[in-house]
Amino acid sequence: MKSLVRIAVPAVSACCLVLAAVFAAAHPAGAASPEEAGLKIARDAYDRDRGFGNFTARQTMVLRNKRGQESRRRLRIKVLETEGAGNKSLFVFDRPRSVKGTAFLIHSHNKKADDQWLYLPALKRVKRISSSNRSGSFMGSEFSYEDLGAQEVGKYTYKYLRDEACGKRTCTLVEQVPTAKRSGYRRQLVWRDKQDLRVWKVVYYNRRNAHMKTLTFDKYELYLDRFWRAGEMKMVNRLTGKSTDMLWSDYKFGTDLKESEFTRTGLKRAR
Amino acid sequence: MGLRPALRTAIRQAIRTAFRRAAPVALAVLAAASAPGASLAEQEVSGKLSLETRWFPRSAEFDRQRSYNAGLVAEPQLYVKGAENFSVTVAPFFRVDAADRTWTHADLREAYALLNGPLGDAEWELRLGVDRVFWGVAETRNLVDIVNQTDLVENPNEKVKLGQPMAHLTLSGDWGAAEFFVMSFHRLRTFPGAAGRLRPQLRIDNGRATYESPAEEWHLDFAARYSNAFGPLDLGLSVFDGTGREPVMRPVFRLVQGQPAPVALAPHYEQIRQFGLDAQLTVESWLLKLEAIHRSGASNIAGKKEDYAAFVAGGEYTFSGVFESDADLSLLAEWLIDGRRHRATNQYQNDLFFGVRLSLNDVGSTAFTLGALYDLDYGTRTMSLEFDRQLTDSVSVKAEAILMLHVGGADAVVRPSRRDSFVGAKLAYSF
Repeated sequence: MKSLVRIAVPAVSACCLVLAAVFAAAHPAGAASPEEAGLKIARDAYDRDRGFGNFTARQTMVLRNKRGQESRRRLRIKVLETEGAGNKSLFVFDRPRSVKGTAFLIHSHNKKADDQWLYLPALKRVKRISSSNRSGSFMGSEFSYEDLGAQEVGKYTYKYLRDEACGKRTCTLVEQVPTAKRSGYRRQLVWRDKQDLRVWKVVYYNRRNAHMKTLTFDKYELYLDRFWRAGEMKMVNRLTGKSTDMLWSDYKFGTDLKESEFTRTGLKRAR
Repeated sequence: MGLRPALRTAIRQAIRTAFRRAAPVALAVLAAASAPGASLAEQEVSGKLSLETRWFPRSAEFDRQRSYNAGLVAEPQLYVKGAENFSVTVAPFFRVDAADRTWTHADLREAYALLNGPLGDAEWELRLGVDRVFWGVAETRNLVDIVNQTDLVENPNEKVKLGQPMAHLTLSGDWGAAEFFVMSFHRLRTFPGAAGRLRPQLRIDNGRATYESPAEEWHLDFAARYSNAFGPLDLGLSVFDGTGREPVMRPVFRLVQGQPAPVALAPHYEQIRQFGLDAQLTVESWLLKLEAIHRSGASNIAGKKEDYAAFVAGGEYTFSGVFESDADLSLLAEWLIDGRRHRATNQYQNDLFFGVRLSLNDVGSTAFTLGALYDLDYGTRTMSLEFDRQLTDSVSVKAEAILMLHVGGADAVVRPSRRDSFVGAKLAYSF
């Protein structure tokens, strides 16, 4: 039971990673300083992904250790956009089978810490859990809570570095520094294409400023003619040799999700 | 014996076996539902098979008590979704034990229909049938958790519960959740048999169980709970009115060599009213917890009615990313007190608990927990150890130990268990 809780603690607004994925901006022409240019990119990207309403999706994580041994996690995700207050997300685990039915409810907030509840089906128990552990691993994967959490504009300071070729596209390269004192990172480098405003690569530097992890995005698809979502995200940890592939499928936008599914009563019904 | 008492006895027996009988029926339903070709709207069969063993290294306190037990537990579950807002869940429980016949038992843990729908800006939810309901926040003991009967055969920790027939209505909205329960068909608490450890000296004879209410197990029990989250504070207020889940033990006398002598204990269930409060404050790495109750109508250990209050207060602090790794280290502490003190019917009348939990946050979700309970009145000291790890996607292992380090001479509740330290292991397969 307790192990379940621990799996759960680095809970996540994985949806919001996707928000991060659409962070993008046109060339910051006329911006006065690199800091202002970086901030403008972040703001534009954030504004652009507002208004999706809700969506559901499936997620599979393939965890590999340095010897190449694999283990899988599977979960279903529901996300509801709310006015101003931040999103509400629900995660239900299908794999590993030993934690099947375990569910998370997250109420994200713009400024204060997120509220998180965990439902343990074997005990029929709803537990409020702490969201302060930002650098912890999400379900044993190479993604941390911080990597997956809500990417609000105010969570970083920015600096536009330069334009760079990324594959066939041209990307802006921005350095962002987390404002949270409990962050696991000194800084991050983010590549976003200028054409379709999507993130293609993030490089994470740990607190000692060593290149720790690299995240790459692939298989983007467009939903509702406006919202880009990556089908594959690969996180490689350069320090440990471990990696995690996060695969997304069955995206559905504009579903009939109700607010009542995102309450503690609804959490007990989630499956 | 007149006709009426005989009839009542027969009915009572029927009720008590109903849950055991219902479990195989539930299994048959489950098997039918999982058979190829069965076409119900949307259905899912899942569950768990576990091999468990427990070993008591010290010789027994009482005759006939065994030093080990080993068993197989099956917990299948069938879920059928009938429509968007209607589903049925059936979850029987079976244990086959190699060592102790009384451990071999079946129960219907869950068999309920779930309906829900909108109600203006809010929503309603109705659960009808046998279900389990958990209330509480504490680590050591959940005082407020009163809806379901405790299964002491499964585990002495009072956290395993039997199914309870009920109608459970929840109204929830921005203002929180209000829940209303109507329950009948009172379940008898289960106790280890003569061969089992962790029992009192005298055998507990559930066949002689009695009730304060003339309606006996048919008495209608009512409960209600309001819960809500106010920022970092999760709060629950509850009330229960009906047949208590905790029995008072009455000795059964028989003439032994011409003198009346106690030969067994008969559980007696009283009409009680309990008010409960549970609260948790979640601030950064801190969890601060409180559970408090006031209960009236119940007897103390001397068999006298005594209203009382009890609480558990404590907290948990987590250091994340310790030892330059993904591991979390949590420190736990709780204080448990029962206003009746030496007249309390449980071992937690004035106890301090300290614990440490290390969660590696690795692929196997490996976790170690170490806990120590110290009785401030009697000096009793116990220690608990737990280890959990997932070996594969569907196989997990758990090991636990309870060590009775010292049992105070005046600690009447724990004294019979003083030689019952044990080590247990469990291998579970989920499907």
